[in-house]
Amino acid sequence: MSFARDTLLIFRRQMRLSLRNPAWVIIGLVQPILYLVFFGPLLTQVARGGLPGFPAGNAYSFFVPGMLIQMGLFGAAFVGFTIIADWRVGVVERLRVTPVSRLAILTGRLLRDVLTLLVQAVVLVLVGLAFGMRAPVAGVLIGFGFVAVVAVSLAAVSYTVGLLTKSEDVLAPLLNMVVVPIMLLSGILLPMTLGPGWLQGIARATPFRYIIDAMREAYAGHYANPIMIEGILVSVGFAALCLWIASRVFVRENA
Amino acid sequence: MTIIEANGLARAFRTRKRTVEAVRGVDLSVAEGEIVGFLGPNGAGKTTTLRMLTTLLRPTAGTATVAGADLLADPAGVRSRIGYVPQAIGATGGGSDPNARIGEELTFQAQLYRVPGAEIPARAALLLAQLDLAGLEDRLVKTLSGGQRRRLDIALGLVHSPRLVFLDEPTTGLDPQSRSNLWEHIRGLRAELGTTIFLTTHYLDEADALCDRVLVIDHGKIVAEGTPEELKRRISGDVITLSVSGDPGTARGLLAGQPGVRDISLDGRSLRLAVEQGEEALPGLLRTLDRAGIAMESIQLARPSLDDVFLTVTGRSLRDDSMPAQREPVAAGR
Repeated sequence: MSFARDTLLIFRRQMRLSLRNPAWVIIGLVQPILYLVFFGPLLTQVARGGLPGFPAGNAYSFFVPGMLIQMGLFGAAFVGFTIIADWRVGVVERLRVTPVSRLAILTGRLLRDVLTLLVQAVVLVLVGLAFGMRAPVAGVLIGFGFVAVVAVSLAAVSYTVGLLTKSEDVLAPLLNMVVVPIMLLSGILLPMTLGPGWLQGIARATPFRYIIDAMREAYAGHYANPIMIEGILVSVGFAALCLWIASRVFVRENA
Repeated sequence: MTIIEANGLARAFRTRKRTVEAVRGVDLSVAEGEIVGFLGPNGAGKTTTLRMLTTLLRPTAGTATVAGADLLADPAGVRSRIGYVPQAIGATGGGSDPNARIGEELTFQAQLYRVPGAEIPARAALLLAQLDLAGLEDRLVKTLSGGQRRRLDIALGLVHSPRLVFLDEPTTGLDPQSRSNLWEHIRGLRAELGTTIFLTTHYLDEADALCDRVLVIDHGKIVAEGTPEELKRRISGDVITLSVSGDPGTARGLLAGQPGVRDISLDGRSLRLAVEQGEEALPGLLRTLDRAGIAMESIQLARPSLDDVFLTVTGRSLRDDSMPAQREPVAAGR
């Protein structure tokens, strides 16, 4: 099928260019590892105090899923800059003038972004294990699934906004305005259950809260409960919405 | 056989404050094997028209058939049959990725156009050789010089041997030697492969050197059409620009009837004369002014430029904020 072939063509091309410049892949990993190394031990102390919201004993099993989503958040949300740079040198128009599927221009990139993020996620989990995280393999794999879905959604939105605005000066503040509140409201660093009612209410409105909760359930070995179902529905629904919007923008007649 | 047929193509850009009509009703017809030039100043609508014909922009009005496919109904069909080389000004445009290698850019491009895998290496090698890029396959695109990069952009537009190629300002920003080299290559394309070439330019010498036919576009409409020879004949030869001390009106009246003067207009404080055989007419004109006691401040003789074509055809100068020149029709043509 021509669309699949086009997607793979763009994917291979993006991978080739990425591998030539692995700096960004490494930088993307550094931030969450720094958090693990410098913030993790503090969290362990906090968890020992018996605060509600932490799974029995292991602060890292609480922390690593949050770090994975944070890595996905920051890693995927900023890919829009690459498409602005590509637009500026004329690469995007060049692709759009060929018979290649215009949707593949998006999906090929998304595939590369997800793959990169998954590789980073594996490294992060290994570091977490070294710090004492304990989680079942199935749970970790489910966690990777959530990371992939989150990555696809955020990257799609980032590419869409990048293609629509074609300006780093517009994209950068927009992203910062969105990403930081999401990070604070999703319970990445500390459980949102620690917060007052109004804060928990606002947090309920962000999709990532549900996804992180579901990941933590998976890491604790609980696979079939309402939290997990909520997480799956929210992540898939969010991804579907983001992909739909992105495809409309990428396929339309005028760039 | 007509390879491009466009009727009433128009494109308006709507912002919150106003509507900009970049292209207002362009009709054109290009036969297979022609080299046609779109000549006009910046902002005339050349690139917009080109982007409509290459399906990058949807026309707000009008229809077209490009390379046998309907522009509005079958844009994908158009895309598979044409090549397009966009403008490259400074670090923008062009289409080649700075971080890729030349060889892999060509290969990738060929794959985008579904050229069969087995043919790609030979096709790429041939193109690189033809465009003087042989041996540079492993170089990163960003290490190329301006001329080399432009040639790569053109190679990318040709890798699938299209019947019709659109070139947007192919030599703008290049040094003179690169320009004439590129002209050679473009001529060769048509001579050896019968490729139809549709290019845009704001250089009259480029239109003159390459095009069978030139379409002059201004403010989104085609204002003149013809072979380069016809256009130059219309603006009738050389241009003498002179300024006198005192009222130019007297001088204008005096010179208007002189032999060889086809047209005379006032541009600010300067008089601008369109003259046949400027070198020969000049002494006579100077003597006329001298005998009338009119003191001249400066004088300049120039070959026709795009500015002159424009002034003649549209009645205004190319410079953005110039006043419309006052024209005086000259009765005697020689």
